Amino acid sequence: MTSTELAVDATGLVKTFGTNRAVDGVDLAVRAGSIYGVLGPNGAGKTTTISMLATLLRPDGGSARIFGHDVQRDAGIVRQLIGVTGQYASVDDSLSAIENLVLFGRLLGLSGRDAKRIAKNLLDEFSLSDAATRPLKKFSGGMRRRLDLAASLIAQPPLIFLDEPTTGLDPRTRNQMWDTIRRLVANGSTVMLTTQYLDEADQLADRIAVIDTGRVVAEGTADQLKASVGASALQVTLTDAHDTDAAVQTMRDVLGFRGNPAFRGDQISVPMADADRVTDLLVELRSRGIHLAEMSVQKPTLDEVFLSITGHGAEPAADELEGAHA
Amino acid sequence: MSTASLDTASRGPASPGSPSDSVLGRPLTNSVSLADTVSHSLSMAKRGLLKIKRTPEQLIDVTVQPIIFTLMFTYIFGGAISGDIASYLPVIIPGILVQTVITTSVVTGVQLREDMDKGVFDRFRSLPIARIAPLAGALLADTVRYTIATTLTFVMGFIMGWRASGGIGSVVLAGLAVIVCAWAISWIFAFFGVIARTASSVQGISMIILFPLTFLSNAFVPVETMPDWLQGFVHVNPISHLVTAVRELANNGVVGADLVISLIGAAVIVAVFAPLTVRAYMRKA
Repeated sequence: MTSTELAVDATGLVKTFGTNRAVDGVDLAVRAGSIYGVLGPNGAGKTTTISMLATLLRPDGGSARIFGHDVQRDAGIVRQLIGVTGQYASVDDSLSAIENLVLFGRLLGLSGRDAKRIAKNLLDEFSLSDAATRPLKKFSGGMRRRLDLAASLIAQPPLIFLDEPTTGLDPRTRNQMWDTIRRLVANGSTVMLTTQYLDEADQLADRIAVIDTGRVVAEGTADQLKASVGASALQVTLTDAHDTDAAVQTMRDVLGFRGNPAFRGDQISVPMADADRVTDLLVELRSRGIHLAEMSVQKPTLDEVFLSITGHGAEPAADELEGAHA
Repeated sequence: MSTASLDTASRGPASPGSPSDSVLGRPLTNSVSLADTVSHSLSMAKRGLLKIKRTPEQLIDVTVQPIIFTLMFTYIFGGAISGDIASYLPVIIPGILVQTVITTSVVTGVQLREDMDKGVFDRFRSLPIARIAPLAGALLADTVRYTIATTLTFVMGFIMGWRASGGIGSVVLAGLAVIVCAWAISWIFAFFGVIARTASSVQGISMIILFPLTFLSNAFVPVETMPDWLQGFVHVNPISHLVTAVRELANNGVVGADLVISLIGAAVIVAVFAPLTVRAYMRKA
């Protein structure tokens, strides 16, 4: 694959804030025309990585190219190829929705009339026409996100960065946002999004990079990633907590999982590649005399994915929090 | 978002998956032309004007201050300094005008700091626009504030009995000179705005510089009454030159050396602080 077929090609990106290496040698390769998910907990370095790729932050080390253009040397060209929708709505609170879009259109070199026309079309498309002239202060979180995304699409950039596009949205609005993202890619755009939700990465992304404390700890398709952590999670609560070690050993024997189980109170949670195996496990537990108080099979949470890959949970330590959202 | 047929569908990138070599029909370039820089700055200035229109309460300082200060200074110091109010007016109106408008330019730096903390500045930085545009636009929009302060000060003077012998044309010219100089000086405060961490610290630093600078000048009292060592400073103080320029223009209709010195000074400030501010702004990014 030559570099021009890659929308994003980053090698060894590093960004430090004081003593904190927020991004610590990240390599990424995003094929043009795909959706690429960057999955990780708060403070993993997702926003910092996106900011460097979008020319908002200068990398302290490594290099990155957008469609073959270096983000530092050719920043002006890169900015013409990307749209950025930030985690914190990057629209102007003091203006109305239409004024925002017209302003960005004018800044992108559109004539006043074209800027207005495209702004109106985008507002229609994102169901914001009724609120076009309303002050943004009265917008809901979902409306802001939609306007923010609309603003990123004015120039029809071939690459769109979405930083946690659905965090804080209700399920219905989240599904709408997913549809919009899929449509963008169907029309030929490349989308790189960050998310804290495994489900979201699974639903949308062609490939996923799992990022933790500034490093890529796993990379692959959703299926590859799930195979490594198990497609579902088995959660059991024992009648007698003294049986815990024996129960975990039984689960290792029958389910063949590696890594560590997660403990939440009395509950033991382990990844499981094949939900069908649970029958074998129950039989084995019975024969070993281990009694269950409760049992459920669920999709793995990000916490379990993280535990399985990194050996620690997704909750960041206080000093690992991202130093800046700039 | 619910609509099935999409405008973007037909506007999507022409060749999926390949790097575009043009965006919106324009070829990719790494630099921004001068014409585009001006156009970007004007767009940003329009944003500033819309903001002022949305929040007219931020104009309180430029409306109330000229009225109160002009009244206060004239009636408190008029008798003591010039013998009577009428003969103090030609002295104080240019002085208070320069002081008021220059002080107003501090707000530019403070508001820039507040503005830059908003998410929308992330978008401005990610757009292929001239880096100077968000700054230049904000500063340009603020000339509206200077114009309001200038007009009100002149009107107050007129109401109190000041008659500019230089004629209306000279008064307008004097007002323009003050606005241009205030705009130039606002680059200094914009620089503080970009490098400072909080808006209140911008206010603090700026007032510490501005308060002595406006009072250690010929704005309010005859320089001859000051001690010699202070006169030395007052004579080189750029504020004094601007005040003298406005007095000569408005009172006598004369374009003097002080006007030239003031405008050259303004140009030098912009030449130094505009690049400094833009560089600091870029580094912050």
